[in-house]
Amino acid sequence: MLDSRIVRILQETVGKENVSTEQADRICYSYDATQQRFLPDVVVHPGSPREVSLIMKMANAEKIPVFPRGAGSGFTGGSLPTKGGIVLVMTRLDRILRIDEENLIAEVEPGLVTEQFQLAVEKVGLFYPPDPASLKFSTMGGNVAECAGGPRCVKYGVTKDYILGLEIVTPQGDIIRTGGETMKGVVGYDLTKLMVGSEGTLGIITKIIVKLIPLPEAKKTMLVQFDSIDGAAQAVSSIIRGKIIPTTLEFMDATTIDCVRKATSLDLPESTRAVLIIEVDGDQDLINRQAKRILEIIAPLGVISTQVAETQAESEALWQVRRSVSASLRKVNPDKFNEDICVPRSKVPDMIRAIEGISAKHAVPIVNFGHAGDGNIHVNVMVDLKTPGEHDRAHRAIEEIFAETLKLGGTMSGEHGIGITKAPYIPMELDPIAVTYMKTIKRALDPNNILNPGKVFLEDQ
Amino acid sequence: MSGHKKLKDFQEQIEQCVKCGSCRAHCPVFGQQKRESAVARGKIALAQALLEGEITLDKRLVEDMSKCLLCGSCVNKCPNLVPTDEIVMATRRTISKERGLSPLGKMISVALKNPGAVRVLGKTGHRLTGLLFRKVAGNSGLRLRFPVPYIAKDRSLPELASATFLEGQPEFIPGKEGQPTVAFFVGCMINHAYPQIGEATLRVLRFMGLNIILPKAQNCCGLPALSSGDGDTARVLADRNLAAFSEKQPDYILTSCASCTHALAKHYRGLSQDHDDFAAKVMDVHLFLEQAGLVEQLKQLPQGDDNIRVTYHDPCHLRGQGITREPRALLRAIPGIEFVEMEGADRCCGLGGTFSAYHYGMSQGIGSIKAAGIESSAAELVATACPGCMMQLQDSINHAGLKTGVIHLMELIANRLPA
Ligand SMILES: Cc1cc2nc3c(=O)[nH]c(=O)nc-3n(C[C@H](O)[C@H](O)[C@H](O)COP(=O)(O)OP(=O)(O)OC[C@H]3O[C@@H](n4cnc5c(N)ncnc54)[C@H](O)[C@@H]3O)c2cc1C
Ligand code: SF4
Ligand code: SF4
Repeated sequence: MLDSRIVRILQETVGKENVSTEQADRICYSYDATQQRFLPDVVVHPGSPREVSLIMKMANAEKIPVFPRGAGSGFTGGSLPTKGGIVLVMTRLDRILRIDEENLIAEVEPGLVTEQFQLAVEKVGLFYPPDPASLKFSTMGGNVAECAGGPRCVKYGVTKDYILGLEIVTPQGDIIRTGGETMKGVVGYDLTKLMVGSEGTLGIITKIIVKLIPLPEAKKTMLVQFDSIDGAAQAVSSIIRGKIIPTTLEFMDATTIDCVRKATSLDLPESTRAVLIIEVDGDQDLINRQAKRILEIIAPLGVISTQVAETQAESEALWQVRRSVSASLRKVNPDKFNEDICVPRSKVPDMIRAIEGISAKHAVPIVNFGHAGDGNIHVNVMVDLKTPGEHDRAHRAIEEIFAETLKLGGTMSGEHGIGITKAPYIPMELDPIAVTYMKTIKRALDPNNILNPGKVFLEDQ
Repeated sequence: MSGHKKLKDFQEQIEQCVKCGSCRAHCPVFGQQKRESAVARGKIALAQALLEGEITLDKRLVEDMSKCLLCGSCVNKCPNLVPTDEIVMATRRTISKERGLSPLGKMISVALKNPGAVRVLGKTGHRLTGLLFRKVAGNSGLRLRFPVPYIAKDRSLPELASATFLEGQPEFIPGKEGQPTVAFFVGCMINHAYPQIGEATLRVLRFMGLNIILPKAQNCCGLPALSSGDGDTARVLADRNLAAFSEKQPDYILTSCASCTHALAKHYRGLSQDHDDFAAKVMDVHLFLEQAGLVEQLKQLPQGDDNIRVTYHDPCHLRGQGITREPRALLRAIPGIEFVEMEGADRCCGLGGTFSAYHYGMSQGIGSIKAAGIESSAAELVATACPGCMMQLQDSINHAGLKTGVIHLMELIANRLPA
């Protein structure tokens, strides 16, 4: 427990109603989508960058760990208060500060829900493409801190490709600006890029300047069912090889389909072993041509059926199938180890085949879906941790999956970050000198190790 | 022993919450409060903590559990269909078992178990209308002149009827030969405050040639009691209704109140075999009429040329049962009506039974989002299928200063039927 003096300082800083040490609130801010739990000592909802700065200064003086949090939808435990201390919930800072239609940029606060932002810019004909499946509830700050990606990233890139500048509160409580409003800028180190994906370990994001692009005129969504998983995986590589970059190329395997079958009115017969959701956007002529070409390319690969959405509502219905996937996997087994490996796009079929082998070898169900178009596959090792030995089996399977990923020239995480769940595996991918380089940066910026300690790197690594 | 499920019976469903946070996008209370304890995920975590003894049943927990509309908006969108509404109700029952009923819960229990007393109150209330209430501009309801516990002074209320709906009705209205026999479950709101909905429903049922039973001994469905955590009262009322409807065996039990349908069809289940049989006969009147071919019959009526623009609000208690298409199909078929969809038609109105008694400010906030949707639809009337929603919609419309009228779908239909 924190001593009452600290609680009083916090109350004076952000107002009594924005500080809570009640057991109910500590429980409600103890979890994220990893389903792991760590009780914080105090939950604080700051209302301005200045308040965040004061909190960080106090936390440094008192050596109290601070854990920034957005919506708590993270898959790797980045927001979990693993050492008690302060959970700093950023959701009160949720304004759109401006949408600049002359320069196609916008400035927002970190607690803003991504979809709210997208709807606002789309109203004026602009487009913010990064679309994590959690876009209806995750925050812009959380998206930047994890460098979130989504289906559309095949064509449009991930969060980092849209961040021009940031305002951050440093671990020691100073407020600085990184980057700016211009499309180019090379003055000094690129701290913006360093911050994006730093998982709240190097600074607290308090403002975000994003680049916008014109909203594409039209889009076409297609849901294609395949009679084999290999057919779908080959379709992905063939489309890319055909030099077509669709907006999205989402993949779901047979077990994934089983999990969502009940939740949709869509006809998904048992003979369907894999599904691709393919979307193209742009002007009407182009998308008709692209859609036709794609269907020609994949026709010989065991296509059972193709559903084409003609209206926005139909397209939403197809997408709802995809968005409900990750949380519905519990139907397979209660506990999941959720990895989001990324391999070179031509290697998707090899990777899928390798995972099938690993699943059979360790007798654990492994469910695969994800953004196949950029080689990013969500691999879910499904176990029941109440069964003895399951934990070890899962870990052995994951280690083999990572080894195979790296062998194919891939990476362990495309977008979910490292947090605590993947920290043990970092040495498999990163060279020890690179790890030391990174940890040196962290130590220099946060000498007291109070900002989101214990994340990304294991403490004794 | 009320026979309702206990919190620990929900253990497995509680564990199905994967803490994804999707409910943050859908829970209306979270939309107002933006604190995790207000959202389904938080309430489930608290219910779990209570089961595991990690938290005590203190004032704070009671408060957190009161912040739920039982609207089911989270349930429908939850990838694992975790029934947060039921988990909250079970937690409220645990609370009232251990701490006793809240003062509001006690009032509800007494009122529901003694419909006679409510009648006297209603009659007196009606006589004293001018003294107790002032009229809201136009003819859009009443407001209290004096503060009364649990009813905010600026909440618009319907006028209490001088006679209940049931008082003036026969117990049986014969229909055409060969037609099914339906029993009409009226519900408190229609019986005491909106008798015109009852009248309209009867007109439509008669138009369809149905044999109609109107059991006089029926009483409240019990939802207000369940909402306040009072399983015992809910059980007493359920048993009385069972007795009232078992005398003549109807083929269907119809209601024009979405909340009553929800209570009867869902919460009577599992109490006993007889309750299950009763629940199986319960059907929302709109669903029934759509299946009975009313849409075709409406289309054959002479088409008036007065085109009234009407939008539709989905009561949570119908939406939760998947009844969204049928009311719209009826609406579209009514002569002289231009149906327009409003933004957020499926969003909760913000009433939520005891919720709005405890949290009128938030209830208003949720209502104002609804009012914005109504306004941008530019409809002259908003139709719905639940008298509770009607009261709340009228309140939200009054606060927003709109002129839109509120009407029950049965009234709209009855008005267009040949005399
Ligand atoms: C159903 C579901 C689907 C998902 N789909 C995707 C997907 O398609 N693609 C994807 O990339 N991710 C996905 N995710 C993961 C998750 O939603 C993203 O990582 C998201 O960016 C997290 O945002 P959040 O607001 O919930 O952040 P949190 O989970 O609260 O925090 C995430 C990290 O960001 C840090 N952080 C938060 N706010 C700030 C701030 N203001 N300053 C500094 N650090 C901060 C935290 O400390 C933590 O390390 C999904 C999650 C779920 C539950
Ligand atoms: S949407 Fe369902 S599973 Fe996800 S956090 Fe909410 S209640 Fe839990
Ligand atoms: S039932 Fe309604 S108010 Fe209650 S938690 Fe679910 S969405 Fe929120």
